[in-house]
Amino acid sequence: MILVLPIMLPLLFMVALIFTRRWLAFQQVFSLIASFALTFLSALLLAEVSRKGIMTLQLGGWPAPYGITLVVDLLSAIMLTTTSFVALVVMIYSPGFIDKERQTAGYYPLVFGLLMGVNGAFITGDIFNMYVWYEVMLTSSFVLIALGGSAEQLRGSVKYVTISFVASIFFVSAIGIMYGQAGTLNMADLAYKMRSWEEMPYMNSALMLFFIAFSIKAALFPFFFWLPASYHTPPVAITALFAGTLTKVGIYTMMRFYSLFVVEDVMFWKIFLLVIAGLTMTVGVLMAASQFDIRKILSFHIISQVGYMVMGLVIFTPQAVAAAIYFTVHNMLSKTGTFLAGGLVYQRSGSYDLKYLGGLYKSMPFLALLFFVPAMSLAGIPPLPGFFGKLFLVKGGFAAGDYLITGVAIAVGLFTLFSMVKIWNEAYWKSEPENMPAPSRVSNLTLAASSLLVLAVILLGVFVGPVMKITHEAAVQLTDPLIYIQAVLGKQ
Amino acid sequence: MLLLLAVLIGVLYGSAVYLLLRRNIFKLVLGLIFLGYATNLLLFVASGLTSGYPAFIRNLEGETATMSDPLPQALILTAIVIGLGVTAFALVLVYRFYSVTGTVDLDELSENE
Amino acid sequence: MESVILQIAARHMRPILIVLSLVVLYRGHNEPGGGFIGGLMLGAAFILYAMAFGVSKTQKSISFSPVTMTALGLLIALLSGVPALFSGSPFMTGEWITLFQHTVVELKLGTPLLFDVGVYLTVAGMLMLVMFSIMED
Repeated sequence: MILVLPIMLPLLFMVALIFTRRWLAFQQVFSLIASFALTFLSALLLAEVSRKGIMTLQLGGWPAPYGITLVVDLLSAIMLTTTSFVALVVMIYSPGFIDKERQTAGYYPLVFGLLMGVNGAFITGDIFNMYVWYEVMLTSSFVLIALGGSAEQLRGSVKYVTISFVASIFFVSAIGIMYGQAGTLNMADLAYKMRSWEEMPYMNSALMLFFIAFSIKAALFPFFFWLPASYHTPPVAITALFAGTLTKVGIYTMMRFYSLFVVEDVMFWKIFLLVIAGLTMTVGVLMAASQFDIRKILSFHIISQVGYMVMGLVIFTPQAVAAAIYFTVHNMLSKTGTFLAGGLVYQRSGSYDLKYLGGLYKSMPFLALLFFVPAMSLAGIPPLPGFFGKLFLVKGGFAAGDYLITGVAIAVGLFTLFSMVKIWNEAYWKSEPENMPAPSRVSNLTLAASSLLVLAVILLGVFVGPVMKITHEAAVQLTDPLIYIQAVLGKQ
Repeated sequence: MLLLLAVLIGVLYGSAVYLLLRRNIFKLVLGLIFLGYATNLLLFVASGLTSGYPAFIRNLEGETATMSDPLPQALILTAIVIGLGVTAFALVLVYRFYSVTGTVDLDELSENE
Repeated sequence: MESVILQIAARHMRPILIVLSLVVLYRGHNEPGGGFIGGLMLGAAFILYAMAFGVSKTQKSISFSPVTMTALGLLIALLSGVPALFSGSPFMTGEWITLFQHTVVELKLGTPLLFDVGVYLTVAGMLMLVMFSIMED
């Protein structure tokens, strides 16, 4: 029963928020409580799963390969918890940042619609159902990205809608081909049949279509161009939510599919994905170095960091996958953190452009700290989680003997440091430019939200041991798909 | 039947890509719609085509009835519903885009990038 | 658009379409029809009316907003999964009660139908929401 709650609760909250859409104060308080409840629930689920192992539920009582199965393993539970925590922080941040007009135009219900889709994609065990949750998530994000309807936003959302729709088309086509081959949609059953049947001639084509669909969603090279063209257009709270959740759903699905479905031609897929990962890292970080808008630098960094996750996944030893999962969690928190801190800069100085910013360290050291911690974590400076994430990735890479990609990863880390330092130098350290407008007040709620996130980032670094233990267990489950198959089908 | 559908799907995909590459933003939406239709048909054909049999039979007692696989049909119905939602949103978006920027030309879109 | 023919047609078509949409909704479980198609018909009924008389007049003639209708539909669809929990089955298991049975006619009500009602309202609400926002100027 607890397994349907991550989907049903957001739906219920969304409905409640639609009915009360005229009362703004109520919406703000309610969505705060609701997202707290979701965080609590997913933490509970995480504890339950790490105690009992993989949990499953057959929706509607239809047995496994026929009905829709909900499956929560450790990876899903970790992703659920991180997502709902990010949403909680964004919910604290939003009332003080997003203008009233957008807030009353359905911002809060849409966020819960988005969460429903994201959570659904994390816990479903059926590929078509996953497509449906993808669409729920995408539809909410379409409206969120266009909410308010400024010309810039509309430009961004035309691109976003088009590319997302094309990605969905690839997804459905792949599902059709896969169903035609195997006659089942249940992920565990599919994986089982792929391991026991001899002839599956079109499986690689289906997997390639899946790869294109998910790499568009996760913004991998060469399908990343839409992200920096659209992510910077809505208010930064929405961008932060997208950066923390949406692209990571693509990564999650890729992890799940790689673990379950890559049976034939493993070497081809490994080399192919490693090349993609390396290019993604490099291109993302180089593009970021040439930008001057804080939001665009950070958007390009999303791309670069996604490369690390794919790299860890594809090396596919428990150590490397554990590092990739840890890195994903760290990235969801730190990325949201840097975007929110960028929003604080904007709230204070009225600009995202580094050329017009400066002197923020002197005038507001606390705000500077709120950016400094997640940014340095992304760059991989020692006591922070980003360092441990990269360290374990590099260790895993060397242990598996993939020296080239590991070398690329280390080099890219240096460039990341470069662009984080660039933001730091330009916005915080450089002396204040002359024509800078008078600083405006930063609301306490947004500061509190950012601080909470920074605290979480620091804690993730401090408790790296226990967290890595959980991600390692998750990685063990992921690298041995038979555990998953057995938990769902209950045989063999 | 299979050949006919294959050709039809190809034509639909071709038209969709052609429309997607046009500069007119409304034609872009038409392209998206065509892309959706082509994929629905692809789903239908790829998951095994049985023509001439019902997908639902009330009583199966005693007789061996031939029926077509109901699942692809359910999938396509879902895909159609989702397509409807996305199309509706895209239309509103295009309309808003037109009323805010006063143009339907996609080239003006990238002006400020 | 001020067309007398369309206005008179719309005025008479609206109740017919609404009743027809309900019929399609009810027979949808085992026969062609269902919540989605019924919802489209319901939405079409109001959109036709709006084309003839304008959006503001249509919204005045109905006492609910499309947004509320959508939310209500989602709520009903969600609640349709709940009765199964009371009988100990997993969420969303279909529960049926037969109100009236005869060799020719039978009236069965169940949670899948309730779910369909939810879909019906959601689809109609969304359709009206989208069309009204394009049509109003």
